[in-house]
Amino acid sequence: MLTLLVNGEKRHIDVEIDTPLLWVLRDNLGLTGTKYGCGMALCGACTVHINGVAVRSCVTPVSSVIGKDITTIEGLSQECNHPLQKAWSEEQVSQCGYCQSGQIMSAAALLATTANPTDTDIDHAMSVNICRCATYQRIRAAIHIAAKVGS
Amino acid sequence: MNTNVKMTRRAFLKADASLGMGLILAFHMPIALSKAGSLAIAENSVTNASFEPNAFIRISSDNSITVVVKHLEMGQGISTGLPTLIAEELDADWEQIKVESAPAQARLYRNLIWGSLQGTGASNSMANSFTQMRQAGATARAMLVTAAADRWNVPASEVTVSKGVVQHNGRKLEASFGELVEAASQLTIPDNITLKDVKDFDYIGKHVARKDTLDKLNGTAQYTIDMQRPDMLTAVVAHPPLFGAKVKSFDASKAKTIKGVVEIVQIPSGVAVLANGFWPAKLGRDALTIEWDTSAANTLGSDEVLDQYKALAKTPGAIVRSEGDVDKALAGASKRLTASFEFPYLAHAAMEPMDCAMQVNEQGCEMWHGEQMQTLTQLNVSKVLGLKLDQIKINTLYAGGSFGRRGNPQSDFQSETAHIIKAMAKRVPVKLIWTREDDMQAGFYRPLNYHTLEAGLDDEGNIIAWHHRIVGQSILAGTMLNSVLLEKGNDPMTMDGAKDIPYIMPNILVDLHTPKVNVPVLWWRSVAHTHTAFVETFIDELAVEANKDPIEFRRSQLAGQSRLLNVLNLAVEKSGWDEVMPTGRGRGIAVHKSFNTYVAQVAEVTISKAGELTVDRVTCVVDCGIAVNPKIIESQMQGGIGFGLSAALKGAITLKQGQVEQSNFHDYQPIRMNEMPYIDVHIVDSNEAPSGVGEPGVPPIAPAVCNAIFMVTGKRIRSLPISLHDLSYA
Repeated sequence: MLTLLVNGEKRHIDVEIDTPLLWVLRDNLGLTGTKYGCGMALCGACTVHINGVAVRSCVTPVSSVIGKDITTIEGLSQECNHPLQKAWSEEQVSQCGYCQSGQIMSAAALLATTANPTDTDIDHAMSVNICRCATYQRIRAAIHIAAKVGS
Repeated sequence: MNTNVKMTRRAFLKADASLGMGLILAFHMPIALSKAGSLAIAENSVTNASFEPNAFIRISSDNSITVVVKHLEMGQGISTGLPTLIAEELDADWEQIKVESAPAQARLYRNLIWGSLQGTGASNSMANSFTQMRQAGATARAMLVTAAADRWNVPASEVTVSKGVVQHNGRKLEASFGELVEAASQLTIPDNITLKDVKDFDYIGKHVARKDTLDKLNGTAQYTIDMQRPDMLTAVVAHPPLFGAKVKSFDASKAKTIKGVVEIVQIPSGVAVLANGFWPAKLGRDALTIEWDTSAANTLGSDEVLDQYKALAKTPGAIVRSEGDVDKALAGASKRLTASFEFPYLAHAAMEPMDCAMQVNEQGCEMWHGEQMQTLTQLNVSKVLGLKLDQIKINTLYAGGSFGRRGNPQSDFQSETAHIIKAMAKRVPVKLIWTREDDMQAGFYRPLNYHTLEAGLDDEGNIIAWHHRIVGQSILAGTMLNSVLLEKGNDPMTMDGAKDIPYIMPNILVDLHTPKVNVPVLWWRSVAHTHTAFVETFIDELAVEANKDPIEFRRSQLAGQSRLLNVLNLAVEKSGWDEVMPTGRGRGIAVHKSFNTYVAQVAEVTISKAGELTVDRVTCVVDCGIAVNPKIIESQMQGGIGFGLSAALKGAITLKQGQVEQSNFHDYQPIRMNEMPYIDVHIVDSNEAPSGVGEPGVPPIAPAVCNAIFMVTGKRIRSLPISLHDLSYA
């Protein structure tokens, strides 16, 4: 039995310790907002925060995050009150929406370290995330809006 | 409660007769359709008293309005677009509207352009629904008005409706929709209803917020991959390494030792490992040892396929269009130009890999997945399971992208799920998940295509001869749509955009070869237009040959094409086409009509002397008739350009000895944020009937970029992707 700290709650699970965090979140804890896209840390759909840092949960063994603070999209704000969620809504960013949990988690990690990112900062931080609907222009605009609200 | 449900069924029947029957049906599918009611509407149907004037609207006594959306939401915004039409004619408050996905029941929810088929594609969701949904809304409104007039004992003509409130101004009376539900549900459905005039639209053409926004921002949106049912197992399949290979034998002993693996079954498309969760299923799949029978498999590489196509292109194909005498005109032309183009196989690579959840019991089969072709999948799955069509219930969920892939006439991954369940000892619910590698390697691609072109110009630089030959696999061949969709024996999915090229062509020959290759192919966002629009680069070549500016040349050769000329001229204006660009930067234009929508794009590129290319900006002008939701149209144009640009810059699925070489996003690379140009979209103000926006943004971008590359480097790109080419210049 492993104990994880997910979105501020202690969760107990019985899995093999090398299981990727992504599948523990999705299949064992029912936190399905974090998505599978590639399984190789290439697309960013599975992005979560470990101690505030954006990581790709599809290649993160669950054993490596025991005792650490894990935040998923469900932990950001269920009411969509986080400045990024509000900005995403304002800009009507989502199309199919599948990658957007990961996009928002990457953006949240960016704003935590860079309160007023430039386009270049945004491109650099967000290029780990693929969006096949190509919502990139609105993502960039939404990050700028959220940054303004934050500062 | 029971009487209420019965009333509802009657209302459905009435509604079906009153809606859309006057529309011309493009073709008829030989499908026995289900009887009404057996699948009824979604389970969570009626809790309060409700008014259901037709199959698309359910107004509850709590004043909420549920709109039943018959098309798949795959990102294109139709789950906002269709409710917008209903809200418009109903004069509802947008906040009242909730959205529900229609069950698979073609009699009620068919695509009116596709006859008896329920499905989403060809960018026709809005086009086929525009009048139907407005009629549905207007009918409901008329009945609410009558109910209020009866209650207040006033003439219906004195009753007004605004933002979900029914009023009689003179007597200062008002009622919510919810208050009128019971009375309205007793009324007969009116025969004659009047739709609003365009000038009176409150929602259509205005900014209306998407209905699928918030649940896509907090992790609660339900995709197929998120489905859970009691006792559900996850399936991961070992697919053959070559198309057409079959399992000869397999050893599952190692896979069985993996904790969480429950069952391993052989199916026609491979071996499926069922486990408690994806991870043990994948580990189990990877631990299988399988011997494949490759006797009937494709072992050709894509280079060899291309070589065969090149040889075939030297011979005449089936005639698609022939006017005048091309040979004679070419012989008499003052200038002649030839070119050949090569287009690779492309994967759809939607962010959510193919997946499907299914449960089979005594009553039938229930499915949960993103589905573009409900009726065809009902038919295919019913065949696998030996059930009747109306025993296949489909809950259409959000698709995490599709781009045509979840609309396969062969229902490949859906049928695979049915085969797994059929093969299992215990019929528990199953969720099939393809890995990204499965998604990229197990097939269904935009076909590889080879084109040859020859054109002749007269002394004044007019096109007087045009011969366009296309070689590419038929998408329809071997599917149940083949018999109904072929045009004079030819597959329109290989030639749309070429046979109807809009330029003035006094002598034209378009011919087609559709060789059989054992590589599974499918429509891919904008279908044939993905390659036929590329002749816009040849048009540029002809302009140079004619010593004309590419814009002037197009204007002269597009005489009479008013909507296309209009988007061309607007793109010239909005892009600042006439402003001089510094060395190393250039512009290119392309115009193309697809799915009845007219698009012009101007691409601006920067190319270093060493050949490093960036696409900086794209100006996009679109004429899609009445712009129902401008912000969604803008997003579809931006998305289409991003999708098309991914393919143009780097996209290729290649085969070596029959094996697909790409496997994941490291070797099949969609563009990322740092590669996305800034795109400004301009929508033509129009009162024409609305046409599609999901696909038409794609076709012009590749030729626009390639024309810009020529402007900077003097190099003509004649095979895609662009990454194959050295763009350096002196």
